[in-house]
Amino acid sequence: MSGYYRTRYAEDAALLDTRTQKAWLAAFVVALVVYPFLAGVLWLDLANQVLLASIGAIALMLLTGFAGQISLGHAGLLAAGAFTTGILFKELNAPFWVTLPASAAVGAVLGLLFGLPSLRLRGLYLAVSTLALHFIVIFAGGEYETKRGYSTGIVIESPIADARAWYFVLLAAAAATLLFALNLLRARTGRAWRAIHGREAVAEALGISVHRAKLSAFVVSSTLTALAGCLFAYYRGFVSAEAFSLYLTIQYVAMIIIGGMGSLLGAILGTVFVVLFPYVIDTAMAGLGLSDRLSSVVFAVNYAAFGLVMIAFLVFEPQGLVGLWRRVRDWLLLWPFKQTPLR
Amino acid sequence: MQLAVNILVLASIYALICCGYVLIYRVSRVLSLAHGELMMLGAYGLYATASLFSGHPLIALAAAGALALAVGVAVYFALMWRMTGESVLAAVLATIALGILLRGAMILMFGTQTQHPLRDLGWTNGSLEVGAARISAVGLALILSTALVYGGLALFLRATRWGIRMRAAGQHPLLAAQRGIGLHGIYALAWGLATFTGGLAGMLIACDAGLESTLVIIGLKAFPAALVGGLDSLVGALVGSLVVAAAEVVLIHYVDPLLSDVVPFVILLAMLVVRPWGLFGTREELDRV
Repeated sequence: MSGYYRTRYAEDAALLDTRTQKAWLAAFVVALVVYPFLAGVLWLDLANQVLLASIGAIALMLLTGFAGQISLGHAGLLAAGAFTTGILFKELNAPFWVTLPASAAVGAVLGLLFGLPSLRLRGLYLAVSTLALHFIVIFAGGEYETKRGYSTGIVIESPIADARAWYFVLLAAAAATLLFALNLLRARTGRAWRAIHGREAVAEALGISVHRAKLSAFVVSSTLTALAGCLFAYYRGFVSAEAFSLYLTIQYVAMIIIGGMGSLLGAILGTVFVVLFPYVIDTAMAGLGLSDRLSSVVFAVNYAAFGLVMIAFLVFEPQGLVGLWRRVRDWLLLWPFKQTPLR
Repeated sequence: MQLAVNILVLASIYALICCGYVLIYRVSRVLSLAHGELMMLGAYGLYATASLFSGHPLIALAAAGALALAVGVAVYFALMWRMTGESVLAAVLATIALGILLRGAMILMFGTQTQHPLRDLGWTNGSLEVGAARISAVGLALILSTALVYGGLALFLRATRWGIRMRAAGQHPLLAAQRGIGLHGIYALAWGLATFTGGLAGMLIACDAGLESTLVIIGLKAFPAALVGGLDSLVGALVGSLVVAAAEVVLIHYVDPLLSDVVPFVILLAMLVVRPWGLFGTREELDRV
């Protein structure tokens, strides 16, 4: 079709291979840099939320989408990072450059703990064990709050106050996470993860240590998640156990489902979708003139609509938004021919 | 003595909820994380029928039970049959999504205030003296209905044609289908029965403590009991419920009431580390390298 061939392995592993791609990336970066100077307060906050959540979503995608390990403890890991930050800030008045690595360390240790069951358990049982760990982490956090008398939550003073400054910090963090994930996935670790996702016995036969690959997936994913939790604590300026409910885990899982399993682009698209979703519902309700009648139960409308959308994706488009995008792209590439010329 | 009664009541709550998890898992290898919400829906069913048939509490109860059964079958045919044969994750996520949908829909339909279906039925919750301990009438009803449900299920699974088909479908779906057993019908029946028993638990808990959103958390807390006993064993569910309830009540009584939310999950983790297939579960479930 196009006259583009890869003749070296380096070209195969390159992140960007055509000039068009580079041009688009440059345009996208410029758009991202210009965005905060054009956007209003609400849109800036939304962008910040997307960037913040995308770190967690990428981390979960690495674990579930690539290494194939189901985790329902994501909110617990975020909470671990946020509480580490909050506790260090309150108890020791620790600055940013102490809490961030400390959160990462806690995340790594918890990742090891979350990962240990994966050495014996698979699928459903693994999901359940991570769910149990979620409740235990949240309980520990809540216990700290009540014992120390911060029953409403821990207030943290952020070193960054300006939303625009936050945007660039979060953009840098999200971009770094994405780059890290991309590089990890094309290196041995990432290939090992895909192999154990495909079939563990075969991966083992290929010389991959299944235990090490699983544990590394958990540790990497939860370290990233705890870092996101730390940023979350500073961004919100407030940590409380109620913020990390099971619903948050479900939202993150929904991000990778709706985005499309096994694709980093999917993680980002899913994050955008899930973060913007409540605002879309809000706008839709205002447009239909229902917001007065339903104002006290907005969250219920959100729940119901979110459940419906998740079911719709699971049933009708299991490949997620990325699957949709791929179909559109193929259609455009092949036009005017049909996608399936031979039957 | 009072402690023993409390353990028994909590254990029968857990056991009544658990058998839904076990039935669905045993028959179709799907873990239903919407069970808490379906329980709550059952309780709201009683709330609705109580005002519909005011003055006839028994008719209201029967209608609510039938409604729960129908809801379970409807859930299967509306959603879960599409998930048959999909990956474990997809099926579990579908039930999670269903749970969120139901939670939102219930709040939209019934509001957020606590309801008292027992009062709507025109009954009061008396308390009885048993030796040195007290037990509420609803608590006694809980124990009795758990015994009835488990006895009925054991009889159903062993002695009736549909029960035997159900066990066959759980053991080997392919062979069962080739012997002429309609899997969709069996799965739908399992969902119906699970929702019925869960709904019954929801109704009784709502009669005892009021109908509010904490019901969902009770539903989720019962899940460790099912796993401790072994996810595919009804006897295991009974024993697991007893273990989890005993640990929870004793720890709350002697250590810290705040522990109640976390104890079942600690037990669950301990069980997963030591014996992932549970006390009475089938071991082949977990294949490994």
